[in-house]
Amino acid sequence: MIKSLSTETTLENAGLSAEEQDLFSNARPQAYEPYPIKAVEDFANWCRANSLWLLAFGTGCGAIELRPLMTARFDANRIGVAGRPTPRQSSVFIIGGYSSVKTLKRIVRSYEQMQGPKFVISLGICPINGGMYWDSYNTIKRLDQYIPVDLYITGCMPRPEVLVGGLLELKKMIKEGRCDGANRYVENFDWYKANQKKVIKNWNMPDYNW
Amino acid sequence: MNSMLERLSREFRVTDIIERNARLTTFTVDRDVAETLIRELRDREGYTHLNFMTAIDYIERGVFTLVYMLHNYATKSTLGVHVNIDRDNAEMTSIHTLWAQAWTYQRELRELWGINFPGSPRIEEDFCLEGWEEIPPMRREFDTVEYCERTFVSRDGRETTDPREHMHEVIFPERGGDN
Amino acid sequence: MPQPPTHSSSLDMSQPEPVDLSSGKYVKLWQGPQHPGITGNMSLELTLCGDEIVECKTHVGYLHRGFEKFMERRTYIQNFTVVCRIAVPEPTFNEYLYSAAIEELAGIEIPERASWLRALNLEMMRLASFLMWTGGMSGAFGLYTVPNWTLTYRDYLLDLFEELTGARIYHMYIVPGGVRNVLPDGWKERTLEILKGTEKLLREVERVMMNNAVFKKRAKGLGIITPDMIDPYGIVGPNARACGVERDLRKDEPYLVYDQLDFEVITGSASDAYERAWVRQQEMYQCIDLIRQMLARCPESGPFQAEMPNVLHWKIPPGETYHKAECTRGEYGYYVVTDGSEYIRRVHVRGPSYTHGIAVMEKLAVGTNIADIAGLMVSLHTYPPEIER
Repeated sequence: MIKSLSTETTLENAGLSAEEQDLFSNARPQAYEPYPIKAVEDFANWCRANSLWLLAFGTGCGAIELRPLMTARFDANRIGVAGRPTPRQSSVFIIGGYSSVKTLKRIVRSYEQMQGPKFVISLGICPINGGMYWDSYNTIKRLDQYIPVDLYITGCMPRPEVLVGGLLELKKMIKEGRCDGANRYVENFDWYKANQKKVIKNWNMPDYNW
Repeated sequence: MNSMLERLSREFRVTDIIERNARLTTFTVDRDVAETLIRELRDREGYTHLNFMTAIDYIERGVFTLVYMLHNYATKSTLGVHVNIDRDNAEMTSIHTLWAQAWTYQRELRELWGINFPGSPRIEEDFCLEGWEEIPPMRREFDTVEYCERTFVSRDGRETTDPREHMHEVIFPERGGDN
Repeated sequence: MPQPPTHSSSLDMSQPEPVDLSSGKYVKLWQGPQHPGITGNMSLELTLCGDEIVECKTHVGYLHRGFEKFMERRTYIQNFTVVCRIAVPEPTFNEYLYSAAIEELAGIEIPERASWLRALNLEMMRLASFLMWTGGMSGAFGLYTVPNWTLTYRDYLLDLFEELTGARIYHMYIVPGGVRNVLPDGWKERTLEILKGTEKLLREVERVMMNNAVFKKRAKGLGIITPDMIDPYGIVGPNARACGVERDLRKDEPYLVYDQLDFEVITGSASDAYERAWVRQQEMYQCIDLIRQMLARCPESGPFQAEMPNVLHWKIPPGETYHKAECTRGEYGYYVVTDGSEYIRRVHVRGPSYTHGIAVMEKLAVGTNIADIAGLMVSLHTYPPEIER
């Protein structure tokens, strides 16, 4: 368990009780550095792009088109996509549509438990500007205020072909080295955290879910 | 059915009996006898199925109208029992002993309207909302647009136009008036 | 013929005693929102003693969008575009019930051809939803081939929907006043061919899933619903029919054109997970038969939309109504209240998963194994979006 001694680099973890403080790490997240040799970094990006493992979390409406995506007709397996049940083993988080505040807390938790480099695809129009739930009291209106988003796919619901197209676009972006959502999250960590804490009122988890 | 309603209106002071369509009749009953009436409907008249339990906020009259929808599978008729309770002191007898599904509805009513059902199991537990600090959201005085502007950040550039105004001013300006 | 259940006051409806977590005998486990064994986005808080579940609490609210609140801010014609998102895997019933309730309150009669087209759309949606359910049910017990087959055939149905309505999932085809479109050329023949293929597939699924020794061993005796649980818990649909109770809204209170069609109510007897799967399997064959009947008898000409008032200034006189339909899971109902203004006063959506997913699930989960809890939840066919809307 990572415990840091200096106070500038620790998190407050104010949401945890006194007994729980010992159970969770209070270190800040760290950015991952690209490999110093460009050829190695390109090779690493190529490997990451061709092995995109999705997190199996159907957060909203979008999950309905994720099932046909995995069948033989649209076949996401041929582009290297597989569904994983745990965040520790996945690198792509597909947010399917709207997020209620309760789900956002679990999204943040799952996203932070994923290991970098990690990428986020948001489906539908609801994470872009609220969509048809623009005046709903329980859904968030802009997802990139709370977690960094690498690719937006619009539609209601986006068809599986568009999803495949989006995944191919994500692959292109990764190979070019443009997908640095995880590092953006670490660099602007306090800003993201402040936004999250503004809507998630019952913060009873550590400030960073390692 | 009519004889049953006549008897009930005598015994329980039922008012406002309205036949909405061939299968659905609604009426209003006082709060203190509502639970007894519902129990009688279930045990003696065969209205054994509780379709749902919900509330309507009539802020202009200062009441919540609780609606219990009961269904009789044998005669295929549905009764909507309306009970008016005070908005400021919203409390009603619990029916969790009559139907095993009722405590879920009562949890939802407490969370979204603020209506208390003393004795209902797990009534204090959160149902849909987590960490909610405002007034119960389904009340009419809760302004969702103002809450959204205060709490959530929207993307710039979103414009909403009223379709009627747009038609009058932009598409058919020569017509004018209400048509 | 089994007797309809009487309301039994001997059913124990008290809440179970809370377990003593500090005794060291129990483990709390969350089959939480991020889990492949959950249908949709809800979570189960399980308390285990070894491998056996002693307490189960369902947590919902992950998909709560406050529909009933923001529908009050929209006019009648704006609302029909949003209602289909209430029950995500099976959206057409919302459109139909909303339109039917509004038409009843406004006094609008829809033409006969529109009724047939609506019923056709609803039955096809039932078939597509059942196919996805079959995939979920077999996947929960480890038979991963069957979802790939059934989702493919569901995709063919979604293609037909796309030809008819323009969208795969959220059709917005059934509008107040009728339907939006008539059947395109050649659509009937394509549908009949796909139905032939679906029938063949269902027979394969019967061989692979229903006659599978592992599935039988695991699903028989799982989650038994006794007849005296049906009315207190409000159990409807195939869950109730598997217990032998003959209740089907299409037969008991016919709506649209179901009184002109020829079909029987399918009941089972054992009321465990296996019997529920069997009843749904038979209902899929019934869906195919009903679609064929409708395609043969649907009128070829005539209006498909009624005369509507100017929908931008549409005021409906005050009233209330409760409309119900038989969806794949049971009785789906819309309670609509109007007050004479241009905005709808109150809409309450009664989803069948409200009772199945919370009260029934918490009762049936006690005593099952960890491995079977996902199968139990899928056999009750819970869709979380309609629980918390």
